[in-house]
Parts: sequence; C-alpha cells; structure tokens
Amino acid sequence: MSDTNRRFEEIALPHLGAAYNLARWLTRNDHDAEDMVQEAYLRAFKFFDSFRGDDGRAWLLAIVRNTCYTWLKQNRIQELHDSFDEDMHSEADSSGDPQSLMLQNANKELLNRGIEALPLEFREILIMRELEDLSYKEIATVADIPLGTVMSRLARARKMLRGSLERIMQER
Amino acid sequence: MNCDETRDLMHGYLDNEIDLVRAVEIEKHLEGCAECKALYSQGTAMQSAIRERASYYVAPKYLEARIRAALPKPGKKAIVFRQPNLNWLGFGASMAFAVVVTWSVALHFNATTEDQRLTDEIISGHVRSLMANHLADVASSDQHTVKPWFAGKLDFSPAVLDLTAQDYPLVGGRLDYLNNRPVAVLVYRHRKHFINLFIWPEEAREKSLIRTKTKQGYNLIHWKNSGMVFWAVSDLQENELMQFANLLQQPAAQQ
Repeated sequence: MSDTNRRFEEIALPHLGAAYNLARWLTRNDHDAEDMVQEAYLRAFKFFDSFRGDDGRAWLLAIVRNTCYTWLKQNRIQELHDSFDEDMHSEADSSGDPQSLMLQNANKELLNRGIEALPLEFREILIMRELEDLSYKEIATVADIPLGTVMSRLARARKMLRGSLERIMQER
Repeated sequence: MNCDETRDLMHGYLDNEIDLVRAVEIEKHLEGCAECKALYSQGTAMQSAIRERASYYVAPKYLEARIRAALPKPGKKAIVFRQPNLNWLGFGASMAFAVVVTWSVALHFNATTEDQRLTDEIISGHVRSLMANHLADVASSDQHTVKPWFAGKLDFSPAVLDLTAQDYPLVGGRLDYLNNRPVAVLVYRHRKHFINLFIWPEEAREKSLIRTKTKQGYNLIHWKNSGMVFWAVSDLQENELMQFANLLQQPAAQQ
C-alpha cells in the first residue's frame, strides 16, 4: 500500500461512523446514506492533497455534507427549498416546567420525527452539535457558515424542535 | 449580567462555547433569576433528550470494506487514470460483441446461401431432366432393375421403392451431379407430373424432419434419414408432394 493510501485511511476511516450518521440524517435513508458516504470518501481521496492536516473529522464531514447536498439538489430539490412553517413550529411561549416534562416524555420515535421535520440547515447543525459533539468552530467549517452564525442557528433549531415536538404530542 | 444578555448567550453557555469570565457571570445570574434558570433547564433537557434518545445511525459493517475496495489502488494514482482503462475495456467489449454479431450474421447468411444454392441446383436438375427429355438413364418401373443399375456408378446404394400401388409409379433412375458430388436421382410420376428425388449420403447421421420450399413455381421437400439426404422436387401440389415424402418414409414402404 502506498504512503498516500495509508495516510488517507488513517486520517479518514476513523470518522466513518460520524460520516454515516450525518449522511443518514441528511438523506433520511440507509441506502442513500451508504452511497453518499462512499462517494464522499472517493472525493476526499481525490482532494487529499488539499487537506492541511488540522482536523480530519471536520474536513471529511464537510465533504460528506457537500456530497449530500449535491445529491439532494439533483434528486430531492424540494427538500432544499422546504420552508419551515413558523406557525406550526413556533416556540411555545409558556412557562418552563411543562416543557421540561414534555422533553422528558419524548421518546426516541418522537425525537427522530421532530428532528427529521426540521429544514436541512437546522437539522444538520443540531446533529453535529448534539450527536457528533462538534465545536462551534468545527460546525462553522463543515456547514461553511461564519462562526457567529452557528450559535444563532443552533438556538433557532432548538426552538423549532421544541415547537415541533409539542405539535406532534398534541396530535396524539 | 441581565436577563437579555443572559438569554442571548444562553446557547453558547449550554454548549460550553463562551469564555470563562462570561460563563461565571451567567452562573451568578441564574442563581438569582428563576425565569432564566427555567430556560436553562429547558435547554439542558433538550440537549440530554437528543443525546440520549435520538438515533445515532451506525454505519453497516460492510461499508468500510466497500470503501476500501472502491479507493484507487496504489500505482494507479488517481481515479482519472482509471477512466481511459474502463473505456478501453468498454471499447474492447463492444468490438468483441460486434465481431460475434458479424460472425453469427455471416454464419446465418452462409447457411442461407448454402441452402439457396442447393435449392437452385436441384431445381435446375429437375428442369434440365424435363427439357432434354432426359429423365432417366435407366427407364424402368421395376425397382429391381433400377437399384442394381446404380451399383458401380455410385459409392452408395439408394433404396428404391415401388410406389405404383400408391399412384406414384417409378419411372426410372439416373445420375446427376449436385452439391459437388454425384448423386442418385429416382424419378417418379404422379398422374402427369414428374417427381425428381435426389439422394446422397451424408457424414452426419442426423435425422431431420420434412421441410418444404417453394421456388419458381416448384415445390421442394427435404429430409434426412439414416445418413441419407433426400430432396424431392416437382410441380406437384405441396400436399401431394408431402404425401409422396410420407410414403417413402413409412416403414411398410421400406424394402
């Protein structure tokens, strides 16, 4: 095995789990996620020269995200333009404790549904923050947004999710 | 730090993304402000709900192997270089396909022309025999006269059947040259129509069913049996010629 191949595998393959989780949340489908991840790794290998060696995970996830977005544009253009219905997902204005209770009662299925219902740019940031435990700086790199935008978008994503969960629970 | 400032920085505080000085200030504010404290609790509840209960999708085990296999191998530096190879493969494959197609078309064409040539020769032989009034070298309705006549003239001995009772009386026999070899011709008559039956041996002892053809107003019937090739040609109706062929093939007619 060449040095390049070995170095690439050492740097990129440990992040396969994160790559797949992100791709799976973006595509919402096992099969497509697998294809996206494989495609992303091939792209990453192609552009390995451009990797400066600071943060392999953020570098790889940025490529995974771009690969997914390109694919979504070609195959599910609708999703990229789905505007979030603010009325449906508005933040509940009431007191805190019932909401904490609501969150405590939210099971896996409910949470997944709530997160999946978020528009892509909010969904991805929540996944990166809570499930991948990425720092704001890493999220800014992957999502290609200014560092200052990360916190405000994250705040909005959480509000949306709260509204979304309440709505789903009320429907039951 | 007041409530507005605290709420502006709340998410950064939840995510441990603000500097220590301001984090300490927020902590102090939360101790004395129930409302902001409640918001903070909501935030942590949300965080733990997602972290603990939302799905973390685990990559299938085979995915890593699939990716390793898909990566360009050392020596072949980049994917870019593989493309022309693939094209050559594709080109080779399509050429191979084209050759096969051409070959099978040619084979089919050859088979067709071979069959056609033979058919033409048989019709010519039939027509010539009628024009030159040279139906038979040995004119006899007696099979026991006709059959011995072939002996010594051919390297095979054709079966000569008497079909007089079936209204196909034997007229005689002659030699002809067909398909690059001397062949036996038996001449039969049905009413006023003559039938030329060409017979020659063949290496392959396959048996083939009767096939009929019509060309230039003549009907032809062809079959193979017991290492012999049979072609019957006449201006008879196809069904009558077929009847003739069937009579020749009946075991009772074999002698």
